[in-house]
Amino acid sequence: MSLSKEEAARSYWRENLRFMLILLVIWFSVSFGAGILFVDFLDQFRFFGFPLGFWFAQQGSIYAFVVLIFVYVWKMNRLDRKYDVHEE
Amino acid sequence: MDTQTLIYLFVGATFALYIGIAIWSRAGSTSEYYVASKGVHPIANGMATGADWMSAASFISMAGIISFTGYDGSVYLMGWTGGYVLLAMCLAPYLRKFGKFTVPEFVGERYYSQTARVVAVICVIFISFTYVAGQMRGVGIVFSRYLQVDINIGVIIGMAIVFFYAVLGGMKGITYTQVAQYCVMIFAYMVPAIYISLLITGNPIPQLGFGSAVSGTDTYVLDALNGLGAELGFSQYTDGSKSTIDVFFITMALMVGTAGLPHVIVRFFTTPTVRDARKSAGYALLFIAILYTTAPAVAAFARTNLLTSIPNVSYENIPEWFETWETAGLVAWQDKNNDGVVQYSPGAPFAGAPNFAGEGEYGQRLVTNEPTANGNELYVDRDIMVLANPEIADLPGWVVALIAAGGLAAALSTAAGLLLVISTSVSHDLLKSNMMPNITEKKELLAARVAAGVAILIAGIFGIYPPAFVAQVVAFAFGLAAASFFPVIVMGIFSKKMNKEGAIAGMVVGLTFTFSYIVFFKFISPEMDNAAYWWFGVSPEGIGTLGMIFNFIAAVAVASFTKAPPEHIQHLIEDIRVPRGAGGAVAH
Repeated sequence: MSLSKEEAARSYWRENLRFMLILLVIWFSVSFGAGILFVDFLDQFRFFGFPLGFWFAQQGSIYAFVVLIFVYVWKMNRLDRKYDVHEE
Repeated sequence: MDTQTLIYLFVGATFALYIGIAIWSRAGSTSEYYVASKGVHPIANGMATGADWMSAASFISMAGIISFTGYDGSVYLMGWTGGYVLLAMCLAPYLRKFGKFTVPEFVGERYYSQTARVVAVICVIFISFTYVAGQMRGVGIVFSRYLQVDINIGVIIGMAIVFFYAVLGGMKGITYTQVAQYCVMIFAYMVPAIYISLLITGNPIPQLGFGSAVSGTDTYVLDALNGLGAELGFSQYTDGSKSTIDVFFITMALMVGTAGLPHVIVRFFTTPTVRDARKSAGYALLFIAILYTTAPAVAAFARTNLLTSIPNVSYENIPEWFETWETAGLVAWQDKNNDGVVQYSPGAPFAGAPNFAGEGEYGQRLVTNEPTANGNELYVDRDIMVLANPEIADLPGWVVALIAAGGLAAALSTAAGLLLVISTSVSHDLLKSNMMPNITEKKELLAARVAAGVAILIAGIFGIYPPAFVAQVVAFAFGLAAASFFPVIVMGIFSKKMNKEGAIAGMVVGLTFTFSYIVFFKFISPEMDNAAYWWFGVSPEGIGTLGMIFNFIAAVAVASFTKAPPEHIQHLIEDIRVPRGAGGAVAH
């Protein structure tokens, strides 16, 4: 990479922040969005035996949290390598 | 073998296992004692974090709380899991890269201030003691229910076990016992859950059974529950009764509070690399999610069972488990209208827990409490939803024994994690860094052990003489963690401009506000503790969210007109933002 070390560190951090923000938006939407703010609206839809909003509040949001962390782990490992800041 | 013998056998075997692990993994250096030499595999660390995090309350009480509050119980499910997303992305990898031993240590170095460090130590000790008092009590309660020993003797046995492996093994001992405790606990939780799911829906996976039809009918569990509740005058199980804003604030306070709890954060100091710190947050949540997605299913099944088998049944035909748990004082029936039939409707049948005297004409235990004006005759302790499950589902004695061992594992593992954090704060953050900087490593290690011993004694006293406010102060632990540590650590990592003045101002504002709000509504004017008086309709349980917001605002405002942090701090921040170079424990 032809970037200087500082520039590389800066863009590593920028990409990290952008990616984290996207994941946090999803984190917020599945829990505070679907499970709390829009729960009454979503409850009119059925998901198996669940009202959809209720499902998000007691099941779906938790599954989403687990997936979010593992996606984060995977993406960050790639990002670390791309900018050559990974641990040996 | 009878159930009682099996319980002794299971509890005895698990205790022997914990002690065995403690002897095998005893700590020889401060690094081993504080952070297990940063050599814990991410899967092991994930399990340890799960056990550390899931307390007696998660194991025994949570399903019951959800069972009685329906949708409103979601605040605990989302609140106590969502924080791990914040931990994984905003805190864990960076704190691991920082590479020291404690949370106050980070606060002190990042904000180049001993004052900040001392404020942080006080918060750590306060939060951890608040929490640990409930755990020791939990150990005593499990003992008294299953082993027929006095609660106080139960607490003392629990203290002895924790003393053994926390003082001897430190973080290393605690980590590996927690791994074992996680396994015991999750197995104990899942077995009855699977059986009861099979019993009610025919589906062995509780998470799926939760959304299936009740066996032999076309009605879904949740619809059946709503219908049964409606007949008795309860609000819909799938709708809440809390306001949306309150649910929002409580969930946020619990999430942020989780991410700011020192005994959880410190677990991420024990991994070999930054990459492993991220990964172990994922495993931790995965292992926690197994229990947390099962709990609401258990809650719904247990409530369905309660509503179909108890209300409007005459006491003579009451199921056997009802009588068993009546003897234990967890259910009670007060025949207000003298018809011999159990009536169940919303509202408490009488104030407080039941006091019994003698036997009634149907063989029920007579309740001497002053009855309330409503028609409800049934008292049900929420803990019964987990404790009575094996009997309700007619499971063999070994499952009951398993629940006893699981409940003890949950309480002991959390207590040990908290006690370690307290002892570390005293020996490392107070003694080594403030009072006696020249202390040798050997002496520091001894100090840590003595501090752990003293902390166990204090926790035990709290367990034997529980302060009346234990139930109220849980809001404290989360509220204070949310209003103090979380913002300070996040700003310390994500802002290079945040300085000492800003951080201290933020912590002081956040703490003072949250502390006074909770003290006002819980202790000074408890009669005003309702939505009409709350700010913006936010209950004391959720006020930590507002405290956190005030912390951020105050910190940014103060930092904007005071001088920027010195250059070496700017370098420190740049350094913790990249993973490379995270070595083993730093000697210092």
